[in-house]
Amino acid sequence: MVLSANDKSNVKAVFGKIGGQAEELGAETLDRMFHAYPQTKTYFPHFDLSKGSAQVKGHGKKVAAALVEAANHVDDIAGALSKLSDLHAQKLRVDPVNFKLLGQCFLVVVASHHPALLTPEVHASLDKFLCSVGTVLTAKYR
Amino acid sequence: MVHWSAEEKQLIAGVWAKVNVEECGAEALARLLIVYPWTQRFFDNFGNLSSPTAIIGNPKVRAHGKKVLTSFGEAIKNLDNIKGTYSKLSELHCEKLHVDPENFRLLGDILVIVLASHFGREFTPACQFAWQKLVGVVAHALARKYH
Repeated sequence: MVLSANDKSNVKAVFGKIGGQAEELGAETLDRMFHAYPQTKTYFPHFDLSKGSAQVKGHGKKVAAALVEAANHVDDIAGALSKLSDLHAQKLRVDPVNFKLLGQCFLVVVASHHPALLTPEVHASLDKFLCSVGTVLTAKYR
Repeated sequence: MVHWSAEEKQLIAGVWAKVNVEECGAEALARLLIVYPWTQRFFDNFGNLSSPTAIIGNPKVRAHGKKVLTSFGEAIKNLDNIKGTYSKLSELHCEKLHVDPENFRLLGDILVIVLASHFGREFTPACQFAWQKLVGVVAHALARKYH
């Protein structure tokens, strides 16, 4: 799937508006994912996943930063996330299905915090963007 | 039979009581057709679906969205027998409508996003869990009679 010029512009616009709260949104995305899809917790047996966990906040910050990075290099997401892609393939090996779940929760977070921002067209672009990120991160799995 | 905790039932009912079925249904279906354009394949006779604006304004989309979400309401009234509630609809979607069940999952996820956009903070993680569970159960029930 290819991001059109319109998609890229929509993605940049969204992250331009939410980039400042990326950490907070990243943490909430993870929190929602662990709640809505408990199987995702299996990747974090070493984490304290209770409410307000510093580890979840820290990890949310990392996830958000990666999304921001991808948005800032939306013309070359594969290049921007190359090292992360290696990490996921060699070490983390998160099953590909989970990126969709994370994506869903990120969209829910954006929708609940910025409903006016998430018009149907922007929703479509963001969904495509998140799919692309997931594809890049799992590209080297086999 | 699916088990629903008292809390889950409360979270579902609490949100549902405030949902404008017509608006929400129309929005969810429109977003499905916009975000996943291949789903338009089932709606050749709906007229103009050529752009997001056309889709959102399309009266057939609105009407059908309302129909779909109204049916959802039946599941909510019968949480303890969603399978039974959707038995005939499942046969219909398989035998007459030929809809890939994956589409039920897509629509369910979109509905959750629409609810989040309407309810904001009130749509807590616990709330999202209950609703993701509900849309999953509905999707499963609608796929159950496929053969």
